[in-house]
Amino acid sequence: MKDRNPVVELDGLTLATRSRQPLVSGVSFRVEAGASLGLVGESGSGKSLTLRSIIGLLPSGVQRVGGQIRRSGSCAMIFQDPIRALDPLCPVVGQLAEVVYYRQRVSRKAARSIALELLEMLGLPDSLRTKDRYPHQLSGGQCQRIVIAMALACKPDLLLCDEPTTALDVTVQRQILDLIARLQKELGYAVVFVTHNLAVASSMCSELCVMKEGRIVEQGDTLQLLRDPQHSYTRMLMNSVLPLPELERRADP
Amino acid sequence: MILGEYATLEAIESMRRKLGLDLPLGEQFVRFLRNIVVHGDTGSSIIYETSSRDLILDRAPVTLLLVGMACLLAILLALLLAILAATHKDGPLDHLIRILPAVTLGMPVFWVGLLLIMIFGVQLRWFPVGGAGEGGLDRIYSLTLPAITVAFSQIPSLVRSLRAQMLEVLESDFVVTLKAAGIPGRVILVKHVLRNSALPALMLLGVNTAYLIGGTLVVEQAFGLKGIGSLLFSAISNRDFPVIQGIALYCAFFVVVIGLLVEIASGYLDPRTKGEP
Amino acid sequence: MSSAQPELRIRRASKLERSLKRIWSLPSLLWGCILLAILIAVALLAPIISPYHPSEQNMAAILQPPSSEHWLGTDQLGRDLFARLIYAARTDLKIMALAEIVPFCVGVFLGMVAGYYGKWADALITLATDTFIAFPFYLIVIIVAFVSGAGEKGIYITFMLVGWIVYARVVRGLSASLRKQEWIAAARTLGLPNIKIILRHLLPNVLPQAVVVLMTDMAVLLVAIVTLGYLGIGIAPPTPDWGTMISEGQPFISTKWWLSAAPGFAVVYAGIALSLIGDGLADLWRRK
Repeated sequence: MKDRNPVVELDGLTLATRSRQPLVSGVSFRVEAGASLGLVGESGSGKSLTLRSIIGLLPSGVQRVGGQIRRSGSCAMIFQDPIRALDPLCPVVGQLAEVVYYRQRVSRKAARSIALELLEMLGLPDSLRTKDRYPHQLSGGQCQRIVIAMALACKPDLLLCDEPTTALDVTVQRQILDLIARLQKELGYAVVFVTHNLAVASSMCSELCVMKEGRIVEQGDTLQLLRDPQHSYTRMLMNSVLPLPELERRADP
Repeated sequence: MILGEYATLEAIESMRRKLGLDLPLGEQFVRFLRNIVVHGDTGSSIIYETSSRDLILDRAPVTLLLVGMACLLAILLALLLAILAATHKDGPLDHLIRILPAVTLGMPVFWVGLLLIMIFGVQLRWFPVGGAGEGGLDRIYSLTLPAITVAFSQIPSLVRSLRAQMLEVLESDFVVTLKAAGIPGRVILVKHVLRNSALPALMLLGVNTAYLIGGTLVVEQAFGLKGIGSLLFSAISNRDFPVIQGIALYCAFFVVVIGLLVEIASGYLDPRTKGEP
Repeated sequence: MSSAQPELRIRRASKLERSLKRIWSLPSLLWGCILLAILIAVALLAPIISPYHPSEQNMAAILQPPSSEHWLGTDQLGRDLFARLIYAARTDLKIMALAEIVPFCVGVFLGMVAGYYGKWADALITLATDTFIAFPFYLIVIIVAFVSGAGEKGIYITFMLVGWIVYARVVRGLSASLRKQEWIAAARTLGLPNIKIILRHLLPNVLPQAVVVLMTDMAVLLVAIVTLGYLGIGIAPPTPDWGTMISEGQPFISTKWWLSAAPGFAVVYAGIALSLIGDGLADLWRRK
């Protein structure tokens, strides 16, 4: 891992519907171990599909028609809507333990105790230990922590994040982002982060890809890209981030 | 009316007294209600002169066994077909299952029974052609063909609902999460998808109980079984109203009880309906 | 789906040509109509098509297998099975259509009233439908048909009593959800009388769904008519009816199986035609 091998490398990825309507065309990027890449763009720009194709979970009706995906190491994913990302009829700890059981090949009992350790690591309340809790009984932030725990149970080298904070309350968004970043430092996984929020992407990622209508229109180092955007679409995205006007005015003498 | 056109006056008079028809109307009605509530009875049969409750309870086992077997068969077959259809979407079986309801909608259930008798009873001689058989195993064996017939009337709608539900669940976010987490597809299917899609199907089966029982009564006639159905038809041709009333009441009671059980079962299956602890 | 409804009305009012094209693009509707048209044509032209009269007995030629003379053979009284089959289509289809009119109108109207007014009207109609649902369909049909006297009249009375429930249930749900929508609320605030809102705004929006239900329910009703005939409390012989034909053929099932099978296939054929039309119409009226 230390020789900076790419964890994932996309080369001219092209996705289309069954009726040959192009959805994503010619997307290429590489992510090195421990690095983080942001995919930014409006909804429908193909960023989520690109992400799903990496883990091989394209929705039915979408096919890969060209390009290559080279992946090394294990890979896990977290999702936009954490409450819908959990089986509503299954206790959350049970779901987490199930992932541990199948991915780490330990006994059911050991799986459960590993699951409980993960809960603690993610700062989830102790009440989950003693009582069977179902997704609808937890808040969005708690559910997202469970989903992250499920992803971490896979011991990933690459974590794919599909707008993990979009469906959450503003106050919780920050906590979740900090959590993902902190654990990245501790566990050393690489991150591909999909979002339509340029601010979130630039705070999380060292490298950005701006996508529009299934193509990457601009790609590069985050700071450089923000300082000197080349493509008009990137500029437009940057302008659409609202500043906090009152604070700025007050800062002026 | 019951005694026919040529009854003597005395005969009519004694009949009236026996049926309590000589009492004032209000008292008749009170008697009738008390009978239902206290004894679960709708009065004595005019023809057999025993209580209609005993007549019904005497015939009930065959019908209940038939309904139970049909339910079991319908659930098992519907599950199997729905899983195959949903996992092989747009395959040949899936297409077949999608047109199945259109084809079976116009199939009279007794006619399906006759066809099955023709094929499995007469031609292949796998099953008896009629009768309920004696003793445990023989009875189940004899009731297999009628049970298949009744189940057949339920399967298309069940499969259609289960299949649609499963496809929806298969596309849902949590299945993607579980797949992304690397849980084997078979485990996801059995443990998560099936459970999530079973609820609406269970509800449908609950709603269809009334229809299932109605079908059973007719199928009994086609197979010559001595159950509630044949009791109903003999009661009808004899104008034996207490028995007809009794059958209607017991059937409705049964349907309501099943509805209640389904409600309880779905509450047990779905933690969301239990409310916040 | 319901939010797309106002649009739907505008489009329907536009070109006929376009709707014809749409029908062409929906194979299930097209095939359903073709199958039903054939069936109706055969039923109407029965006296021309059939060389025999359906109740013409020929004791010299009973229970004959299919031949060039008798296409489907003859029954136990030597009557031509094919002739009886297509004459039965006349009886059964006529009764099916006539028996469906009153329940359809009553059910749609009561459903709209229940959904639109809510409160006690809704409670009353829901109570009535729920009570009926608790009794097995065939049990009610059999008992009512018997009490109201076997035969054609009994069938009409039976379905007048039980047929409206399906429509009332479907339409009630639709109307209740439509009532909450803004354009109905707008019509109300404009002071339109309730009956006008129901007829002008609610009716056109619930009608498509009700017609879809009508198609499947006709098939159900046809099966019920045939079942009553089979049980001997439906259409009385010698009027040809698929149900009585099946029961008359039952004693000969081990040797002359087609006597019972053929009328059943006729019912299945009618059911397929009707449910194809129902599916097609549902597709046609689904949003877009």
